[in-house]
Amino acid sequence: MTYQFDFSALWAFWPEFLQGAWLTLQLSAVSTVLGFVLGTLCAIGRSDGPPWVKFLVASYVEVIRNTPLLVQVFIVYFGIATLGIKVSANAAAVIALVVNVGAYTCEIVRAGLESVHKSQLEAADCLGLSKPQIYWHVIIRPAIERVYPALTSQYVLLMLASSITSQISAEELTAVANRIQSDTFRSFETYIVVGIIYLALSFVVRIALWLFGLVVFVRKRKLGTAL
Amino acid sequence: MPSFSLVHLEFLGWAAMWTLGLSAIAFIGGGLVGFAVALMRISSVHWVRYAAIAYIQVVQGTPLLILLFLIYFGIAIVGFQEVPAIIAAGIGLTIYSSGFLAEIWRGCLQSVPKTQWEAAECLALTPWQRMTRVILPQAMRIATPPTVGFLVQIVKNTSLASVVGFVELAQAGKLINNSIFEPFTVFMVVAAIYFAICFPLSTWSRRLERKLNVSRR
Amino acid sequence: MSAVVKLSNVHKSFGTNKVLDGVSFEVGRGEVAAVIGQSGSGKSTALRCINALETIDGGTIDVCGHAVHDAKLDRRSLRRDVGIVFQSYNLFPHLTAEQNIMLAPSCVKKVSKSEARDLAHDVLRRVGLAEKAGHFPEQLSGGQQQRVAIARSLAMQPKLMLFDEVTSALDPQLTGEVLKVMEDLARGGMTMILVTHEMAFARKVASQVVYMHKGKVWETGPGSMLDSPKTAELADFVGSGL
Ligand SMILES: Nc1ncnc2c1ncn2[C@@H]1O[C@H](COP(=O)(O)OP(=O)(O)O)[C@@H](O)[C@H]1O
Ligand SMILES: [Mg+2]
Repeated sequence: MTYQFDFSALWAFWPEFLQGAWLTLQLSAVSTVLGFVLGTLCAIGRSDGPPWVKFLVASYVEVIRNTPLLVQVFIVYFGIATLGIKVSANAAAVIALVVNVGAYTCEIVRAGLESVHKSQLEAADCLGLSKPQIYWHVIIRPAIERVYPALTSQYVLLMLASSITSQISAEELTAVANRIQSDTFRSFETYIVVGIIYLALSFVVRIALWLFGLVVFVRKRKLGTAL
Repeated sequence: MPSFSLVHLEFLGWAAMWTLGLSAIAFIGGGLVGFAVALMRISSVHWVRYAAIAYIQVVQGTPLLILLFLIYFGIAIVGFQEVPAIIAAGIGLTIYSSGFLAEIWRGCLQSVPKTQWEAAECLALTPWQRMTRVILPQAMRIATPPTVGFLVQIVKNTSLASVVGFVELAQAGKLINNSIFEPFTVFMVVAAIYFAICFPLSTWSRRLERKLNVSRR
Repeated sequence: MSAVVKLSNVHKSFGTNKVLDGVSFEVGRGEVAAVIGQSGSGKSTALRCINALETIDGGTIDVCGHAVHDAKLDRRSLRRDVGIVFQSYNLFPHLTAEQNIMLAPSCVKKVSKSEARDLAHDVLRRVGLAEKAGHFPEQLSGGQQQRVAIARSLAMQPKLMLFDEVTSALDPQLTGEVLKVMEDLARGGMTMILVTHEMAFARKVASQVVYMHKGKVWETGPGSMLDSPKTAELADFVGSGL
């Protein structure tokens, strides 16, 4: 092996790597928040909606979970364009990621909803809580608290999967890397650096979601045990 | 411009075979490496266990796309110039699958109660006999549903192999689209084929899981 | 009489919790030693140390000519000589009673399949379960499972058998059938160490009773010592209605 590793050529590009990492984080954050809302609404519809809503949500979840994100990204990006609507690559990326992670969130949250005990509902009913109040306090919050670790893993995966949107030239970390490697011809080194940045990002995302969980789930913070 | 036709469909069907072939390579390769890593992960030797943890963390913490790029350029660095795309793709997906399968299987191995490991040990079985005759038969029952579920992830992720020049279903769709520019039709058909492969696997995995839960009660 | 098992000044801690604090006792060939004591007094740990399931911090343990305290101990050869039966049976759920028993002889002693099967039927007959050979553990009652577990150990023709509260998880009526098997074994000359709460059984079968308290051998002697305890602790323990 005669290859000489040379990372020095990449030094000049650190602002770009940083910018790419920042864009990836933004893309992931927006997709996570919107995907969480979409997925939770779907989970509620799936477990408590009229039959046609249940069917619709179930179909959505199955279709998304059984097709590759890459193809979903292509359909959104190229497909919307053929409908005559112009969307940027970044917007298409967010749409695809939200639709994708919404389906996974739906499945996870639904498992949480199903784990809420019936007696809890009866207790809440007897206390005279309104239906939305019951839903929020007795079902949704405990359900999400219970599946929060699974959601965390899913959102870390989402951050990593957002690299796929580089394939429609959304400007995130992987796309930045692709450009830098073709400018510098230090391809291997570039992807090593980017791989390390992704590792760091997945660590950051995990920590951030953990801290967020501590803030939101008071019981867990005080007792130190999961619900 | 020609429109989507049977010829294109045939091309996609042929590409789907490559998707399946690559999935099989990834599953078999990833299964072998993953099983070894799972065993390392539960080893009583500290550095072996930490090496396995590090491997799993790195593979699970890096996007598959980056992994594939690294393999692609890495192979050239090691000195092989004209490596068939299927080798690069196969290696990349093997590493990816092994990282996830190792973690899934570790959980299954550890879910066999410690008393079973001890009972086997007390009967003077060798570690290998204990693994193959006592632990694996029990762990495999638990491992089947999540493993089948992970097969779906493998099939879907082969779509990224195009970045190392491997023509599979998604890439074939892109090629067709480049010539006829009917993205909506083309990618819908591509998605439908993926769905036809993955949905039965998902359903099967769920059914296995339900059966396991019932038998555990 | 040469000792089959000899513990000398054995020490063992889990972290800062001192569980065995200088334990010594001997069991001769054909002897039955009953280890009694409150829960948490270190009885199971002592048994597990004898079988090298736990490593000890100090002292020596000699079992059937094996130096168990030695770092170079050949565990597998030790375990060919020592059978152990646990409170929770620990049968292999994916194997039938017969297969559970055949596993070790065919894996370890390389006995042929038909010989192993004959052996299995032989030991099953000894524990009174000849007709249950093809049953899976979950199809058997607790008492039957425990007898299969004993048969599984017997099939390796051990020189020493260890029993750790093997009847504690059983109803009184199932306890009887397991105790009977153990009594037959003792009468047949098997060297046994049993941790038990069955005082009547200990009195009847044991040639030696070892009372453990706070990680120490507090009192030891023949079964009759239970009737005239020398220490207040044993008096308390025996008097507490056990
Ligand atoms: N694997 C272990 N790790 C830590 N502590 C243990 C372990 N096994 C036993 N202990 C502790 O050792 C003490 C004695 O346990 P044990 O030998 O099981 O007592 P006995 O069988 O007499 O009830 C207990 O305080 C128990 O908590
Ligand atoms: Mg005990």
